Amino acid sequence: MADGVAARDGRLISVADRPITGILLPVPIVCFIGNLLTDLAYLGSGGNLLWLNFSTWLNAAGLVFGAIAAVALLIDTIRGRLGWAAFVFLLAAWIVEFINALVHSRDGWTAVAGVGLILSIVGVLLILIGGWLWQSLRHVEVRR
Amino acid sequence: MKRSILAGAAIALPLAACGDPQKIDLSQQVGPNPVLPAPSEELIAAVGVPNVVGWKQGETPAVPPGFSVQALATGLSSPRAVYPLANGDILVVESQRVGSEPIDRPKDPVRDFIMSIAHGGGGAKETAGASGGPPQRITLIRDADGDGKADLKTVLVDHLNSAFGIALVGSDLYVANTDAIVRYPFTPGQTQITAPPQKVIDLPGGMIDHHWTKSLTASPDGSKLYAGVGSNSNIQERGPEAETNRAAIWEIDPKTAAYRVFASGLRNPNGLTFYPGSNTLWTVVNERDELGPNLVPDYMTSVRDGAFYGWPWSYYGQHVDPRPRPQRPDMVAKAIPPDYALSSHVAALGLAFYTGTSFPAMFRGGAFVGEHGSWNRHELNGYRVVFIRFAGGRPVGKPMNFVAGFIDSKGNARGRPVGVAIDRTGALIVADDVGNTVWRVSYAGGQKPAGTT
Repeated sequence: MADGVAARDGRLISVADRPITGILLPVPIVCFIGNLLTDLAYLGSGGNLLWLNFSTWLNAAGLVFGAIAAVALLIDTIRGRLGWAAFVFLLAAWIVEFINALVHSRDGWTAVAGVGLILSIVGVLLILIGGWLWQSLRHVEVRR
Repeated sequence: MKRSILAGAAIALPLAACGDPQKIDLSQQVGPNPVLPAPSEELIAAVGVPNVVGWKQGETPAVPPGFSVQALATGLSSPRAVYPLANGDILVVESQRVGSEPIDRPKDPVRDFIMSIAHGGGGAKETAGASGGPPQRITLIRDADGDGKADLKTVLVDHLNSAFGIALVGSDLYVANTDAIVRYPFTPGQTQITAPPQKVIDLPGGMIDHHWTKSLTASPDGSKLYAGVGSNSNIQERGPEAETNRAAIWEIDPKTAAYRVFASGLRNPNGLTFYPGSNTLWTVVNERDELGPNLVPDYMTSVRDGAFYGWPWSYYGQHVDPRPRPQRPDMVAKAIPPDYALSSHVAALGLAFYTGTSFPAMFRGGAFVGEHGSWNRHELNGYRVVFIRFAGGRPVGKPMNFVAGFIDSKGNARGRPVGVAIDRTGALIVADDVGNTVWRVSYAGGQKPAGTT
């Protein structure tokens, strides 16, 4: 493959010639990690609802930006040669966090304790792996 | 990579495949000892709200053989409470909540929208009030010629604030707005009140005001008022501070405005009524949501002075709710079970004891309960007025469906019953807030309506 890096980047979804997936993808990663931390704060506080409310908004923001990032990554994946690994993990994280949003809409302790916390942990692991795969695949791609 | 999708699905499936873990016969959940299945918090809270289609010309609810039902007044706007006077006039409280609750979580606007569908709004705002807003008035209905249809329908007093309960003591008409009890001078026969209201006491209203209907009654000797103040949340998810003096029945001295909490732990007490000829206060209470389609049953209970009925920490005595924190084993230990279950999510809002004589003997002293109807289960429950027989001042047997047919064959709501009362002829009067009608149920062998004198 003789294309230069610039040419390959031209296949990435871009705004004013700059690829955007790299700035979109961290948003759900940060939000879902934040959701996990506020879940732990809620449980640690013995039920201070402030933290549960934080969790639900962080989760919601993660889902919104996660959906946008997923679309961008899907387009990049179809156009480029990144492979599907990063996208599949992002999608899996999104599905898990969507279910987590439903669990977190319960009124009180059972919104987090048990299933809610497990889903927050699983969601964070999946999206971290997805982000790491995206970084490393991009890195390999750029070095080639 | 397929493996990760499978991993995701493996987490999702056990959650989704909950099925119906609370399968019980609804008849097991009425009466003094209801069957209480284990709590089941569904992944997506079960929602079943009927579309409102209203009553077509000539349509009425269904009543048992021997009884007849007719519309005493139509074209009202969200009638919630009915209050017959000794002279035959009937006061009808028309009201809606104003504004929406503050948004704490993404869930809140979704819930508000679903509730608005069940009130016929589909998200739209009610505009029947004097100033283009929601109705905020008491309408007086007079059936002067005694044909069971209103001849006069006039606004007795307007510009209330989401009123619900009213009580007439002598010539003092007490009105429970959502944020205060006010008093108007009123002589039966009067068709308009022009005097300004005098405030008796503030009630908990405020920004959230989740359960906004303040039920009201006076003690038999007229010296005390009792007001039902519902909780500010389903199960304390707005925090404990929002629940100060809520989920309680207040006892108020209208002369001094002194008050105390008469009983507490009652999530949303409505239909406050003294049992005829006694000093025993009764109420119907809406219990908590989102523990499954068959939990927690709403109930009717006599109210003991100083008693605690569990909310939010426990239900039906000492069944601990896992959601509110911190847990309060000391409060759970104090909680007493209510008298009589009405089954889950029926939303009992009206209660009237049968004080008339025109219905057959079995009705005397029994209770009519207006069940506004469920939202938190797929199969609708409630949407009817039930009758519960009493013996020796205590409920006996199972409830009987007395006024039904509020839901049509397609599952749409033609109306929803709220407040119930007995008029001076012994007929049952039912406020239907989404059908915008007041119904009158009489016994064919009973007296004809007697016209205002």
